[in-house]
Amino acid sequence: MKKSKITVAVSGLNNTDNPGPGIPVVRALRESKIFDVKIIGLAYENLEPGIYMHNIVDKVYQVPYPSIGSDKLLSRIAYIHSKENIDVLIPNFDAELYSFISFEKKLHEMGIGTWLPTLEQFEERHKTKLPEFGKKYGILVPHSKPINNLSEINSLVPEFSYPLLVKGKFYDAYVAFNPEQVALYFNKIATKWGVPIIIQQFIRGTEVNVIALGDGEGNTIGAVPMRKQYITDKGKAWGGITLDDKEMLKLCYKIIKKTQWRGGMELELIKTFDNKYFLIEINPRIPAWVYLAVGAGQNLPEAMVKLALGMKTEKFKKYEIGKMFIRYSWDMIVNLKEFEKLSTIGEL
Amino acid sequence: MKLKKKIAVSETGFIFDPTTGDSYSLNPTAIDILTLLKEGKSEKEIKKNMIENYDVDETTFDRNYLDFIAMLRLYNMIDENEKK
Repeated sequence: MKKSKITVAVSGLNNTDNPGPGIPVVRALRESKIFDVKIIGLAYENLEPGIYMHNIVDKVYQVPYPSIGSDKLLSRIAYIHSKENIDVLIPNFDAELYSFISFEKKLHEMGIGTWLPTLEQFEERHKTKLPEFGKKYGILVPHSKPINNLSEINSLVPEFSYPLLVKGKFYDAYVAFNPEQVALYFNKIATKWGVPIIIQQFIRGTEVNVIALGDGEGNTIGAVPMRKQYITDKGKAWGGITLDDKEMLKLCYKIIKKTQWRGGMELELIKTFDNKYFLIEINPRIPAWVYLAVGAGQNLPEAMVKLALGMKTEKFKKYEIGKMFIRYSWDMIVNLKEFEKLSTIGEL
Repeated sequence: MKLKKKIAVSETGFIFDPTTGDSYSLNPTAIDILTLLKEGKSEKEIKKNMIENYDVDETTFDRNYLDFIAMLRLYNMIDENEKK
């Protein structure tokens, strides 16, 4: 079968020890049996490793942080589109999703396809709103609440008991065993991501995750459960294995059905010792370990591109159980000229 | 007593629990016991088999067998429903 040539713009090229999903998404698309992809990388920082992976990313453009203004980001995308004729754009950072969802319509008018959650879906699964989310959809969630200043820490007990989790609104989570540690982590996270900081009751058990893709009509196109086998000091998976866990999949189907989820997602769950599943977070995008799902038989990024292009997309019926991934680091040698070009012209 | 159906045991003594992703390695004696358990053999049959094939007395076998079963239970590999 002749592959269709398409151009896909992808962000999240920060293939570091806290990796963005960009590079694994591109690897998945490069393995597509139906698409011959030209990859346009969208980079925020000039040291994102994916920028210099020329066998993976065809061309890279620097883009402004959404915090500078969504209009600036949109006009940069419009410029890149005028050069590259983007068919589909896959944003991979939590912090940029709000902007891309907000101007999704404009992207579609320009002819750029996306497959993102609606603003309502994006907002209601927010970490700060997890208790309401759990109540609305009948899902077990740990008790949590947002706090905005240090003075609230001393009144956390008896509402919470130690240990508890201190989380940033986008990234970072630490286990705190006393108020002093909460204050320490509060400051650490607030400096980086701002407030509110989310306080969440610590649930004892095993952390398990599901990657999934929703078609926006309540159907799950694909889903693969995984357990992290090797976790970095940032809490990121450095190794993982696919699981045979029907309960996790049932919970995932339920969430996608009830929310009519559109787009990629990652469920972060705690499986307790008495086999209960607590939802601790929904990441509204494809996670960095997506390539495990591809290796296990579900090319979810390819399916996402099909959905974004309005193509008929079949549900995946199976995946390989016991498939593992192990990350590794790799030193690339980069010519200063390349770094200079990206830093000055904003393109490579 | 039975092992959970989903538990996979290879000939080399590698156990994989697909529901948790956990894996374990067995020594040759444990491989034999687990193989017999997987075949649905009773404790009595396993004991007979082991005493016939290994240089072990009944008391030593009983003590080690109970230890081993307790370990399997701890790692959640026994089908508790089947037991009932």
